Amino acid sequence: MQDHLDELESKTIYILREAYNRIKPLGMLWSIGKDSTALLWCIRKAFYGRVPFPMIQLDTGMEEDEVYEFRDQLVKEWGFELKIEQCPPEEEMDQTLPPATRAAARKTEGLKNLLAREKYKGIIVGIRRDEQSMRAKERVFSPRRFDGTWNYKDQPAEFWDQYKTDFPEDTHVRIHPILHWREIDIWRYTQRENIPIVPLYLSRNGMRFRSLGEKNITFPIKSDASTIEEIIAELEVTKTSERAGRSMDSETEDSFERLRQSGYM
Amino acid sequence: MTDKKEKTGAEKVGVVIVGHVDHGKSTLIGRLLHDTDSLMDGKFEEVQASCKRRNVPFEWSFLLDAFQAERDQAVTIDTTQIWFKSKKRPYVIIDAPGHREFLKNMISGASFADAAILVVDAAEGVREQTKRHAYILHLLGLRQVVVAINKMDSVGYAEKRFNEVKGEVTEYLSGINIVPQAIIPIAAREGVNIATQSDKMPWHKGFSLLEQLDTFSPAAPPVEKPLRFPVQDVYRFDGRRIIVGRITSGVVRKGDTLLFSPSNRSATVTSIEKWNAPHDILSAQAGESIGITLDQPIYAARGDVASHAEQAPMLTHDFRANIFWLGKEPLRAGKRYKIKLATAEATVTVQSVDRVIDTGDLARTEKDFVAVNEMAVVTFHSRETVALDPFADNRDTGRVVIIEHQDVVGGGIVNMDGLADLRALRQATQENLTAVDHLLTAHDRAVRNGHRGMVVWLTGLSGAGKSTLAMRVEHALHTKGLQTYVLDGDNVRRGLNADLSFSTKDRSENIRRIGEVAALMADAGLIVITAFISPFLVDRRAARVAAGGSFHEVYVKADLDTCEKRDPKGLYKKARSGAIDDFTGISSPYEPPETPELVVDTAACDVDDCVGMIVDHVLENAQELLQKNYKEAAAER
Ligand SMILES: Nc1nc2c(ncn2[C@@H]2O[C@H](COP(=O)(O)OP(=O)(O)OP(=O)(O)O)[C@@H](O)[C@H]2O)c(=O)[nH]1
Ligand SMILES: [Mg+2]
Repeated sequence: MQDHLDELESKTIYILREAYNRIKPLGMLWSIGKDSTALLWCIRKAFYGRVPFPMIQLDTGMEEDEVYEFRDQLVKEWGFELKIEQCPPEEEMDQTLPPATRAAARKTEGLKNLLAREKYKGIIVGIRRDEQSMRAKERVFSPRRFDGTWNYKDQPAEFWDQYKTDFPEDTHVRIHPILHWREIDIWRYTQRENIPIVPLYLSRNGMRFRSLGEKNITFPIKSDASTIEEIIAELEVTKTSERAGRSMDSETEDSFERLRQSGYM
Repeated sequence: MTDKKEKTGAEKVGVVIVGHVDHGKSTLIGRLLHDTDSLMDGKFEEVQASCKRRNVPFEWSFLLDAFQAERDQAVTIDTTQIWFKSKKRPYVIIDAPGHREFLKNMISGASFADAAILVVDAAEGVREQTKRHAYILHLLGLRQVVVAINKMDSVGYAEKRFNEVKGEVTEYLSGINIVPQAIIPIAAREGVNIATQSDKMPWHKGFSLLEQLDTFSPAAPPVEKPLRFPVQDVYRFDGRRIIVGRITSGVVRKGDTLLFSPSNRSATVTSIEKWNAPHDILSAQAGESIGITLDQPIYAARGDVASHAEQAPMLTHDFRANIFWLGKEPLRAGKRYKIKLATAEATVTVQSVDRVIDTGDLARTEKDFVAVNEMAVVTFHSRETVALDPFADNRDTGRVVIIEHQDVVGGGIVNMDGLADLRALRQATQENLTAVDHLLTAHDRAVRNGHRGMVVWLTGLSGAGKSTLAMRVEHALHTKGLQTYVLDGDNVRRGLNADLSFSTKDRSENIRRIGEVAALMADAGLIVITAFISPFLVDRRAARVAAGGSFHEVYVKADLDTCEKRDPKGLYKKARSGAIDDFTGISSPYEPPETPELVVDTAACDVDDCVGMIVDHVLENAQELLQKNYKEAAAER
């Protein structure tokens, strides 16, 4: 009998194998956080220990030191291909965006540069529906237009595990294999499978990161959860949303929508 | 500490909220979340601020309608899913748009549901999308339906009006075989009868909406149904061939003999593969993503469905489907589409539009096209043989998605009433064949020879070394006591294919005949080695099909430069000078094998090594299986 986590995992593996079979070339955005690392683990499961396409880090140089250390350690241990894409500076962003949103937009631009250069047809991203109400409306295979933007007012029909896998030239598709997972599922899975995590998720001096992002726009929350077990217990009762520590989500009502529409993850 | 039910997952229920535009679906969900204290901190205030900014009274629907465009126009555009937990169990609540323009989004959401709540405005009563949505629930196979008659506040909580609307809904639903589990009066915006029973309508004796949710049952994975394992991909890792996919129904066990349809080949499961599994996996069931290895290298590919032989899917070129159509251009008789059926794809022609259903009055209209958002019954003809099940027998292998210009434009459930299953026909022919074969089996021949028959198909550029290798391998095998024979240009072109020219068509026929002859010789027990450029994938695939499980493709690899330098027969020189047309590698393409059984690189290894590799491969495959067969035969006795 499959339990809840097995069910989530099986679906994710199915999506990954569809992507690998139908879309070439593929790459995955690995943010080094808990979600994309759990997803990377699922990739190893789907492909019998292999990671058959590159992991890509959109680097702003603004991650915490522990994040970079963890990254290098895992690449060494698991032996997969990592590509690091340096994102353009903040001065080059749309200046009408509010400050934190503008800082986040650097990743969108980094991604655009990468796509223009490497011609990826599929980009795997570890976003989840329960993170954010805009992401809750995503498709598993979500096409992007020529300029990389998301046409959220006219998304393709997607049902019965049949995904849109054919696209016009010069466009790409975002693939979201863990859209159906929740934050607590990720932690239970990380615990069960013994997946390594950046230590910043665990409480030190009464503070921990619930969501990891760049130093300038992500903040730790008050928490005493210093083990995964305790994180799970915390999430079972919490009323604080996961991305409360991400300033770009709530700067203005539409800031996150503008970010996503222009191609943010 | 952790919730057991949630951990087992068996209890999770997906519920979709459907109904006509503006009848209060999103409001209902927003209110349900609020009244059960399921909202994150700050969410309520965020919506309050958003409404204030727009100068509108508080809208619960904004909790779901997150896009600016949705809030500005007060309409849901796309479906959304949120988690919610009652005291009894977790739910995935799916909001669906009611506007007809977004029907594709409604279906995208509803397809995830185990149960549905059909919302009807008490003042407006049953409207166009109320009916269409109900009909779609029926097509999606959803049988657990509750009706919520909303906005009872706007009709003064009157029992009389409730009964009128109730009558209207029940009548329509009975026409499409839906019997609602309950019909509840509510006022979503006011929180009446949502999470708690209310005293506003003392005449209503039933449950609140939340209590009603808890009466739904989760849809269990179809473990009891016959096995269906659609092949998603074939991986060759570590020299092993792993066939991967997700089981859609039934159970597969290690040691099971599986039949692959439509290719109609069988092999036995030697292992069930999951990475990092703590122990040997003996069985796997519906819902699991797995890999399997087989005892024979049969040609199974994406699109095949594995089953047990006794309960195989139907094989057909013709099938009928009850469809919903989402394409902007109408579906018409005679038009061609691509369909997806589990992992298979096929090209189909619309044979006939049998009827178009007006979801308004359920009347059948006689016309030969289906317009956007219409439902219809359509007969399709497929060029390729497809393996499928009637939807009533098996869900996942009984529904098709229709594609036009790269987009999903429709979906339908299969109905095979009155149409023939080709398997019965094929089986009849097969029985005839085995009747002849009964006196002497391939196994008998293998026992006599000490090895099985097989086709070792060498392919590669001219000058790659095929002939040299073929002769050397033949010699080596002969020395080891195996029965073997080489087919190459010299002995084939002179007799069997003396009538063929070097035109593209005749080259293809040349390879086809060689493939058939090689298959016959292998069947007679020989190890046949062929040495032809055979540049095209399709031709080699046909040869593979002819030889069944005993085909071994060996890619004799050498880059063009190397071959051209060798140029043993001076052919490259002639081709470069234009004296030979369509010369492979120069003026005609060579399509390298995608998944050969063996690759020998003659540019990188010396001849002895290459010969050794091929000989080892042959010995391993021709004899190992035999030894295994001996053991099995001994065990049977
Ligand atoms: N009087 C009254 N109005 C309600 C009630 N429930 C919802 N409404 C109002 O009906 C309008 C439509 O509500 P929504 O929840 O957006 O309707 P919907 O069914 O989600 O609409 P679509 O998703 O666009 O199809 C809003 O203005 C709500 O405030 C109710 O119980 N009573
Ligand atoms: Mg709505």
